Amino acid sequence: MEYSTAEMMAVAAARVLKNDDVCFVGIGAPSVACNLARLTHAPDITLIYESGTIGTKPDVLPLSIGDPELSETALTTVSVPEMFRYWLQGGRISIGFLGGAQIDRFGNINSSVIGTYEHPKVRLPGGGGAPEIASLCGQTYVVMSQTRRTFVERVDFITSFGYGTGGDHRRRLGIRTQGPTLVVTDLCLLRPDPQTKELMVTSIHQSVTREDIAQRTGWLIRFADTVEQTPPPTETELAVLRDLHARTERAHTGKAMPHAGSVGGGV
Amino acid sequence: MTSFLSLHDAIAEYVHDGASVAMEGFTHLIPFVAGHEIIRQQKRDLCLIRMTPDLIYDQLIGMGCARKLIFSWGGNPGVGMLHRLRDAVEHGWPHPLELEEHSHAAMANAYAAGAAGLPCAIFRGYQGSDIVGINPHIRFIQCPFTGERLAAVPAIRPDLTIIHAQRVDRAGNVLIEGIIGVQKEAALAATHVIVTVEEIVDDLRVPSPNATVLPYWTINAIVEASGGASPSYTHGYYRRDNAFYTAWDAIARDREAFLGWMHEHVIATGPDTKLASPPN
Repeated sequence: MEYSTAEMMAVAAARVLKNDDVCFVGIGAPSVACNLARLTHAPDITLIYESGTIGTKPDVLPLSIGDPELSETALTTVSVPEMFRYWLQGGRISIGFLGGAQIDRFGNINSSVIGTYEHPKVRLPGGGGAPEIASLCGQTYVVMSQTRRTFVERVDFITSFGYGTGGDHRRRLGIRTQGPTLVVTDLCLLRPDPQTKELMVTSIHQSVTREDIAQRTGWLIRFADTVEQTPPPTETELAVLRDLHARTERAHTGKAMPHAGSVGGGV
Repeated sequence: MTSFLSLHDAIAEYVHDGASVAMEGFTHLIPFVAGHEIIRQQKRDLCLIRMTPDLIYDQLIGMGCARKLIFSWGGNPGVGMLHRLRDAVEHGWPHPLELEEHSHAAMANAYAAGAAGLPCAIFRGYQGSDIVGINPHIRFIQCPFTGERLAAVPAIRPDLTIIHAQRVDRAGNVLIEGIIGVQKEAALAATHVIVTVEEIVDDLRVPSPNATVLPYWTINAIVEASGGASPSYTHGYYRRDNAFYTAWDAIARDREAFLGWMHEHVIATGPDTKLASPPN
């Protein structure tokens, strides 16, 4: 069965999630992976979005972090301060699932600026929930397309701390959680070296070569002693993923009216 | 005490040039019509506060209302960047915009501290993040009991908070439900509060003893504005217009297209006010 590299990335990211995980979900690729996991092998996974929705089971992928589907299908919806204080800071979340614009060899993520902060070449959206998701979830998984622009030697700005300069840098800052234990891309899976914490390739997707990966990484990439081959998507995984995207597409098109709002009248 | 005002009068009375204004609503219940009236009344030099500036602050910034933005995530959710915000930061158009940038955890805590009457919020955060280096308001303190190093940010105490809600009874008590975001904290942290609502009702129909209700004596002005959160949404009333959020990317990308859209759909529609049904 034919499939795209984006589909391989979504499937590979979904597979690492377990039925008993409590997962803080970012919008975009993380949300695809988490819901694919829920619709395949992990039906009881607890998905949490920072808008305050706990145990949400959306039928279509939300465009935003606070779409109606999220609260309508959630077990409960709490306020945003409660979400960040009791649930995230309180240590109740096992997995944080993040994306970003840039990542470096030690898993630090930039989602703030390309260039300098004062005079950015590109101003990006910023941190949102990510800085504390990265430091307060039990561990984090990252899902990102791999190119020389996104996988860089040093990120321009550390929005969300991974392993800093490597080794025990997290512990020296008083961070007690594990950090980015897995990075899923459209080419491969990367995990940190147990000592140096440098990301290295541990599994390569079908029909991808080591040269492909080296060419699309902005630093001299290392490969683990034993590198596995990622099994291709199964027919079930692909069918569920494509259904999900098709339902989402249908739900998000339709009305696109100019909005000036209406005041006073119950139109 | 609260008054039922027209949109025009509420904005004219409570939004002053140079004021700090928080218009909250986390994706849900974003007070769009109130923002549009601020644009029509050409308010200037505002310090705009919002966790997620969203399209409404993209519009206010692009129309020249803002001097400063306090925020934690400045994108068009699921679509991309806010191009008017980006143009102001990268090119100073229509004029330079001062940024005070935080994380969501910091802003949520800072609103809660404001509501609690505390001078600052203390939380475990910003560890290892470069945001600390670009925002002098992020500091660290030591826990007096454990010695743990914790982040501290000033409480947010806006001159004015504007929120949108489902409904209000004739006494002025407001019900908010669905994704409630930081609206309760933002309202209780502010000096003045305006609430726009979908409808004014005889019976608030409070669904549970634990529902989120703001008593009338915490609110200064109530404005009836059905559809007032569109193109965001009001739980129980209408859906989020995701197609419009996607379409905004092309509108906002180009200065002329943006100005044309704003004149046609916001400026030319104003003042667009009607006196809300008076209580009793």
